[in-house]
This record gives sequence, structure tokens and C-alpha cells, in this order.
Amino acid sequence: MKAMPNPSVRKTWSALGTYLLLTLISLIMIVPFIWMISTSFKEPQSIFTYPPQWIPDTFRFQNYIDVFRLIPFHRFYFNSVYIAAVVVLGTVFFASLAGYAFAKIPFKGRNVVFLILLSAMMIPHEVTAIPMFLFMRQLGWIDTHLPLILLPIFGAGGVFGIFVMRQFFITVPTELEEAAMIDGCNRFRIYARIMLPIAKPGMATLTIFTFVTIWNEFFDPLIFTNSRELMTLPLGLSLFTDEVGTAWQYLMSATVMATLPLLIVFFLAQRRFIEGVAMTGLKE
Amino acid sequence: MNHSRKRTGRGPLAREAQIAGWLFVSPMVLGFTLLLLFPMGLALYMSLTDWPLLGDHHFIGLENYRNVMTDAMFWKVLANTVYFTAGLVPLNIVLALLLALLLSRSLRGIGIFRTAIFVPVMTSLIVWSIVWKLMYATESGLINQLLLMIGIKGPAWLYNQDLAMPAVIVTSVLKNVGLNMVLFIAAIQQVPRSLYEAATLDGAGRRGTFFHVTLPMITPTVFLTMVMTVIGSLKVFGQIYVMTQGGPSNSTKVLVYYIWEKAFKLFQFGYASSLAYVLFFIVLILTLLQWQLRKRWVFNEGDA
Repeated sequence: MKAMPNPSVRKTWSALGTYLLLTLISLIMIVPFIWMISTSFKEPQSIFTYPPQWIPDTFRFQNYIDVFRLIPFHRFYFNSVYIAAVVVLGTVFFASLAGYAFAKIPFKGRNVVFLILLSAMMIPHEVTAIPMFLFMRQLGWIDTHLPLILLPIFGAGGVFGIFVMRQFFITVPTELEEAAMIDGCNRFRIYARIMLPIAKPGMATLTIFTFVTIWNEFFDPLIFTNSRELMTLPLGLSLFTDEVGTAWQYLMSATVMATLPLLIVFFLAQRRFIEGVAMTGLKE
Repeated sequence: MNHSRKRTGRGPLAREAQIAGWLFVSPMVLGFTLLLLFPMGLALYMSLTDWPLLGDHHFIGLENYRNVMTDAMFWKVLANTVYFTAGLVPLNIVLALLLALLLSRSLRGIGIFRTAIFVPVMTSLIVWSIVWKLMYATESGLINQLLLMIGIKGPAWLYNQDLAMPAVIVTSVLKNVGLNMVLFIAAIQQVPRSLYEAATLDGAGRRGTFFHVTLPMITPTVFLTMVMTVIGSLKVFGQIYVMTQGGPSNSTKVLVYYIWEKAFKLFQFGYASSLAYVLFFIVLILTLLQWQLRKRWVFNEGDA
């Protein structure tokens, strides 16, 4: 190993080694997905054949159709989509409103309130989930979608949103606001007409973040819903494992379909999302 | 108090700011008070009662907490939680750092690798766990099939008391390593070029550069990431729920799983609340510790 005097040869070897290592790790990351897709097209009897079969002999597209017959999969899908949409809209709206005020409006108690909000982010969800369950039961909201919509908007997810939006509004020069005020704009107009357009990257980051979180949320749906008709995708999938005695081919085709929207969103917003992760992680 | 008065000033514009400011934050503050602060207080009260699903509750003082301390299962799940955390955190941080170092170099096709490693972060934990459960299947899961090809008869990964937890740890590391990796890449890219140039002039090799330039410059991120990962690990639930349900023989039953079981399967809300508060105190201590230690050994704090 020591006898490698030529630096350019050494560089080539090290690049090759890097590629090899990266390929190996990437494969480990990707193999589960390939296996998932492969299994989703298999006949039940060919799932566990040896040696492992990456490309099935016959593609059984029927698996994808059967899923809808076996479980109310379209309901799970619809529930996930509309809950994610409402939560994203609500979070972006309320969080940007508050984020703007915390960044730009000098009102009394601003710093104290912001600090309380931030410190509440470390409250484990499991602590508030128990009283929330009783509270929601009192209101008759158990087995409705209301807890799944309200809790993320106004809970830790919303606080995180305020934090992200505030970071963006802070960078906007105050002169811009002052000019608008002199022109007779009120605060809400300034927020809606000047601030929001500038904060579009922040809103995009928050949208993707919130969407991903809600799409994947498991604990809350597990606690607050019982009926199948109300379940979201992650819960619906987990339910599917025990009930059909794990019919892997169906479970995998359902899983592929549940993951697809996320992968599409990620593909479209990849750069922004990774930047968003880096930004929010660092500034905390 | 005086300071803030000076800053906010007087006059109609200042008064307008008071009203507007509070109006803008009121929906969030109201929702937050109702859905986070109020339940936080109620949970504390519940932890001091014998709160059942139906019927009256009685104030029993610290009895729940006393029971927690003598509950053998609590110590078991606490040990499991610590095991999970102690296994996951070093693996996750080291792998994330290694990957960040490799991926912050300018190589062709680097985007593909970054994406491949980041995709599991995006995927639902439940989906990831379900697929890994299939991969771990005893007789004919992919892992054991691959092992068989090199002549090894694989074990029953998730049904073996000694192997279930390590198996869950490995899948959890792979699930989330991309997140820490991205944070590290961002931090590494912010290290001033001039420091590397100086190190090269001083004749530092790649290893020397890493330990004397890169690592000291990114300690704030490493530290933050470490604390966040520890806190996240203490709250592990989804992968346990899907992959092992706490088994075999409670070897993977972790704190949050136990809380969920007590609260939402057995409806012992009082006892579950006290367990949840124990979790809260652990998180609180870690967070405070982070603030204390930060000042001490995090390099370059003042410049940030």
C-alpha cells in the first residue's frame, strides 16, 4: 500500500475507491426499493424462491388492482392526500403570518412568546398525546380527521414552520416595508403583497417538509382513528401486514403506490429540499 | 422591560405595531396554548392520578412515579431504549460524516449518490420497516437468501432475542443517515477554502486536514446533530411497532412503545402519563446539557 509514489496514479485509485464505496452504500439504500417493486409484481409462490429472483418470470399487474378490492385502499389514498393538502395550506398560512410578525413587527412580548414557542418544540409528542386523546374524546372528535389536521398545524409542526418562515422574513430589508407604509399599505397588505412573494423559497421548503411529515405520519392516525374508512396510508399499510397474514405481493404493490407521490415530489423538489434541510438544521 | 419599551417606541405607529403583531401571532399562539401547553399541564396532573378510561380519577400524588421506579418492565424498556440509542447514534454519526466527506468532493455523478442515500429519509418509516421486515424474513428473506449463496444459513433475525435489536438498529441507521449527511455536507461546504490552503502549505495530509481543519470547524454541527439524533432515538416507535411489536420476549420493547401500550391498549392514562413525563425529563436534561456543553467544547461558537 505504501509504494504508491506517483500522485496522479494515487488520485485515480482513491477516486475509484470512493466510487466503489459509494456504489456499495447506495446499493444497500436502494435494494429494499428494488426488492419492493420486484415483489409487487410476483405471484405468491414465486416470492420466496431460491435463488432470489430480481425480475419475475411473469409480471402480475393484477396485484395492483387486487389491493383496491382487498382493502379500502382508495380511501386511504384519498384521506392521505386531502389531510396533507389541508395541513400544508394551514401550516404555511398560519406559520407565515406569525413568522412575519416575529421577524418584522416590533410588538411587546415578542421575544418572550417566541422563546416559549421554541422551547415547546422539545416537548415529546407522547406526553401531549395522552391528554389530547381525552380532550378529543370529550369533543367527540375521536375517529374523525380533525385531530390529524389541527394537531400538526398548531402543534410542533406549526412552531417549526414559524421558525422557518421567520428566518426568511428576517432577510428582507426593512426599507421595503417602510416604503410601502408611506404609500399607505397596512400590515396585512404588506404581508400579502410584498412579504409572501419574497418568501416563496421559504414557503416551498415548508410545504415540502410538511407534506413529507404528514404523508409519513403514523403515531397520530394510530391513536385517533379506528375505522378503516378514516385511515391514512401508513396506518393502512401496517394494518395490512397482520390481517391478510402478510400477503407480501399485495402489501408491496400497495407500498409502491403509497411511496410514489413522495418520490415524485422529491424528484421535482430535490435541490430545494436538501438545501432546506441543511438550512433549517444549521440555523437552529 | 425598559429596554424593550425604548425599542418599540411610542406614538400611533408603535401602537399599531402592538395590535398588528398580536393579531398576526394570535392564531398560532391560541392553537399552541390549547393543543400543546394545556395538554402539557394536564399530562402532569394526570401523572399524579389513577386516571382510567371511564369513571372517576383520584389524586394519588407521586405514587405513579414510585411505581415506575419499582416496575421491572420500565427498567427493561429503559435499558432497551438506551441500547437502541447507544447502538444507533455512533453508527449514524460516523457513517454520515464519512459519507459527507466523500460526497462533498467534486466527483462526477455525485448527485445520484446523494439522492440514493437521501431517498430513505423521505420514505415513510412504516414503508421502510415493512420492506425490511420482508428482507429479514427467516426462511426466505432476501438477506438470508444472499447469505445462503455464500454458504451461510442465516438466523431468524427478528425472532431472535439477541439479534432483533441490532437488526432494527441497522435499518434505522440506513433510514436516517442521509439527513445527518446533508447537514454535514452543508457544514463542510462552509469551511473557508483558505484554511485548507494553509493546511496544504503546512504539508498536512488528508487525514491531518480532516482532524485539524474540517472536524474542528464543523463541531457545532456534529454536536447539534448528535443531540438531535439521541433525542430522536429515545422516541423510537414506528419501526418497533411494525417489525417486532416489542418482541421477542420484550427484547425490543422501548420506552415509547411501552407508553403507547399502557395508554392506548390498557388505558392506564395516569401511569402512562408519568412514563411520558420521565421521557420528557430525560429529553429536557439532554437539551440543557447541550446548552451547557456547547460553550465548553464547541469550537468557533462566537463567529457563527
